[in-house]
Amino acid sequence: MFAYYFQLGLRSLRRNPALTGLMVMAIGFGVAASMITYSVFRAVSGNPIPDKSSQLYTPQIDAWGPHKNIKGEPAAALNYADAMALMHAHKATRQTLLFSVSMSLLPQGSSSLPLAVNGYAVSADFFPMFEVPFLYGSGWSAADDEGRAAAVVLSEEFNQKLFGGANSVGREISLNGHDYRIAGVARHWDPKPRFFSLFNDNGFQDPSDFYLPFNRALDVQVSPNSNSCRGHMTFDSWDGWLHSNCVWASPWVELDSAAEAERYREFLESYAADQQHAGRFAWAPNVRLRNVMQWLDFQRVVPPESRISLIVALGFFVICLVNTIGLLLAKFLRRSAEIGVRRALGASRKQVYAQCLMEAATVGLAGGVLGLLLTAVGVTGVGLLFSPDIARLAHLDLSLMGLTLLVAVFATMAAAFYPAWRAAQVQPAWQLKSN
Amino acid sequence: MNMQIKPILAALRRHKAGTVLIALQIALTLAIVSNALFIIQQRVAHLSEPTGIDEANLLVISNQWAGDMSPQQIDAQILTDLAALRQLPSVQDASPGSGFPLKGGGWDNYVMRTSEQVEPTTDASVYLGDEHMLDTLGVKLIAGRNFNASDVARMVERQVVIPSTVIVTKALADHLFPDGSALGKPIYSMSSTPSTIVGIVERMQRQGVTNWNKPYAYESLLWPMRQDSGGLYYIIRAKPGQLAAAMREAPQALLAQNRLRIIDPKDGGSYAQIRERVYESDRGMAILMGIISVVLLAITAAGIVGLTSFWVGQRRKQIGVRRALGARRSDILGYFLTENLLIGIGGVAVGAVLAIGINLWMVTQFEMERLSLVYVGTGVVLLLLLGQGAVLAPAVRASNVPPVEATRSV
Repeated sequence: MFAYYFQLGLRSLRRNPALTGLMVMAIGFGVAASMITYSVFRAVSGNPIPDKSSQLYTPQIDAWGPHKNIKGEPAAALNYADAMALMHAHKATRQTLLFSVSMSLLPQGSSSLPLAVNGYAVSADFFPMFEVPFLYGSGWSAADDEGRAAAVVLSEEFNQKLFGGANSVGREISLNGHDYRIAGVARHWDPKPRFFSLFNDNGFQDPSDFYLPFNRALDVQVSPNSNSCRGHMTFDSWDGWLHSNCVWASPWVELDSAAEAERYREFLESYAADQQHAGRFAWAPNVRLRNVMQWLDFQRVVPPESRISLIVALGFFVICLVNTIGLLLAKFLRRSAEIGVRRALGASRKQVYAQCLMEAATVGLAGGVLGLLLTAVGVTGVGLLFSPDIARLAHLDLSLMGLTLLVAVFATMAAAFYPAWRAAQVQPAWQLKSN
Repeated sequence: MNMQIKPILAALRRHKAGTVLIALQIALTLAIVSNALFIIQQRVAHLSEPTGIDEANLLVISNQWAGDMSPQQIDAQILTDLAALRQLPSVQDASPGSGFPLKGGGWDNYVMRTSEQVEPTTDASVYLGDEHMLDTLGVKLIAGRNFNASDVARMVERQVVIPSTVIVTKALADHLFPDGSALGKPIYSMSSTPSTIVGIVERMQRQGVTNWNKPYAYESLLWPMRQDSGGLYYIIRAKPGQLAAAMREAPQALLAQNRLRIIDPKDGGSYAQIRERVYESDRGMAILMGIISVVLLAITAAGIVGLTSFWVGQRRKQIGVRRALGARRSDILGYFLTENLLIGIGGVAVGAVLAIGINLWMVTQFEMERLSLVYVGTGVVLLLLLGQGAVLAPAVRASNVPPVEATRSV
């Protein structure tokens, strides 16, 4: 029966080519607009580290006070004093400080020009806590952190560029005129959004080239890419700046359970209270502890453009479906006479209903195929609509293709409920009489 | 033409589903299209904002120092570089800089009127440059004087140096001193050391143009200073019509001076490139909303054509009877046009409410502005005209039904 109805459906596609074409176009455009914008939304709103996102937290401590903080919220990064205090307290399973840096790589040969490279200054725990996979070697140890070792971890892509992909562990590179020994080469790793680096960044930056030890970077005065300060700035040297209220270090801690997170929150509160008693803070403790998804949400990582375009595209799809309801109604009722004959010959209402739904599903499938083509075109052209760093994340994979077809078929069938019901209500006697 | 509305309403009651569907489609289309048009207008207005500088002839080169250079070495190199740039045949003038308008974020300082103030008065984009900065950017000095060579100070890494003289934009001057007395007054930018306003320029856009910057639009602070650390921007003004030549010659001239530098091709460039980068999400939104509006209107029009054609087909016999009873073609045409107008008016009434509702919701979600009623009005007119246009072909076909149709049984 199913196959027969499907065959009838295919045949009826050809019966009113104009009407059917219109429906297929409406479904196709509607589903494609929704899927193209969804492909971008899916990429920017995803969980960058699904298996650990509820164990990784970023602590915030308000060191600026009620007049200078961000509408009551502490800054998105820590100043040197608070960052170091958290590290020394060592209250979490794992913990890292980090900041993003831009450096120059001196060429090996004399003829080539120096290269601009981007990376992060991080602590040893960074690699295990964010599950950075390694191709060669490994990260450095906590002892290396303490010993201010001049180590560096390269990304797979950067290692490819510098050493043609060979095992470069033990070799040296020169960054900003200082030598660093390569401790490891990370396998391709580029979580998007880059949850750990959202201080003055949108989370969709180019992949990182290297990671170097936080302490060592400060020793050789590698400046963070951005910092934010309040009140009067009076420093006139690197050390003066370090001890100013400027914030620039992003802290991350790994806490294995909700209870541990609660304990860490209490620790932050007591730390801030101690600072208040010591006279460093003239305000009550104002601290936050957010996990990865809460942090992405708080930092509004999903660009408003992506949300707005998804909403508008869904509205567009709804209108296409309303359009389809009307056209299906016309298509089915136009055949009232034929349905009358079928009913008179013994077809039940249920059978007429099923046949109409099947016909709609066929239209939906055709619309889905058109939608798939349009989505494929749209995803490649998405660079016109979104900035390149976001547009490059959108791609058409099997799940999106399946979703496109499913949504098209089921939405069209949902749109057919009422027209099919009307068709099933056709009175056989009425139709036969007028002929 | 004397149109009877009552019989049309009576007939519509017999086609409730079709009537409601068309009205609903018109309502939803109006709601989306008027909001989309409004978004397009907002985005286009944003990306058309002037910068106040001579964009057509300006070029920005991002220059990062490589290796381990002392501040003295860097300062000497900057002076040599500038001399070389200014000598190029295609170049009119050049200035060192810490940033440039539309950079898309960068250095900004809170600014206060007194040194004890806790809450800042405003926030300003900070631009470093030398005595050539105004001439290079092509901004217009409307009061006071330009910097001279002796004003220009030096700043090294992590050293706060507050210049004794500054130039401000008119927007910043008016924000700080609404009575217009800014010239000669001291201001404090995150320091207890005052800077005296020696000049006011007409207009110069900030580095960032995101929503956060909106309350401080065009508020810029010009400091006579060279930054002898890390890197800098060279702002170059080409002679009229020679931008392409300058873009070719300038990087070569710099590399000929010293190769231990990194010129980032993805940063700076001509203002066409800079604008494209900073406004790309605005442009993309406007394009997307444009495409969606056009396709949506086409689909709604096609839907009206399809459903009305079906009605005409269903009513051929009644039309024949009316014609046989003396109705003229124009009466039949008028009937369908009026019918569509009635449905359309019902649809736009609901749609206008929906449009405003959607906008109010977006205002709470996306820092958007309130929808101007002009866009709803434009949408209403657009959709009513669209409806009339779409119904025209089926209505003409209906008016061509011959009176003899009344006598046929099939």
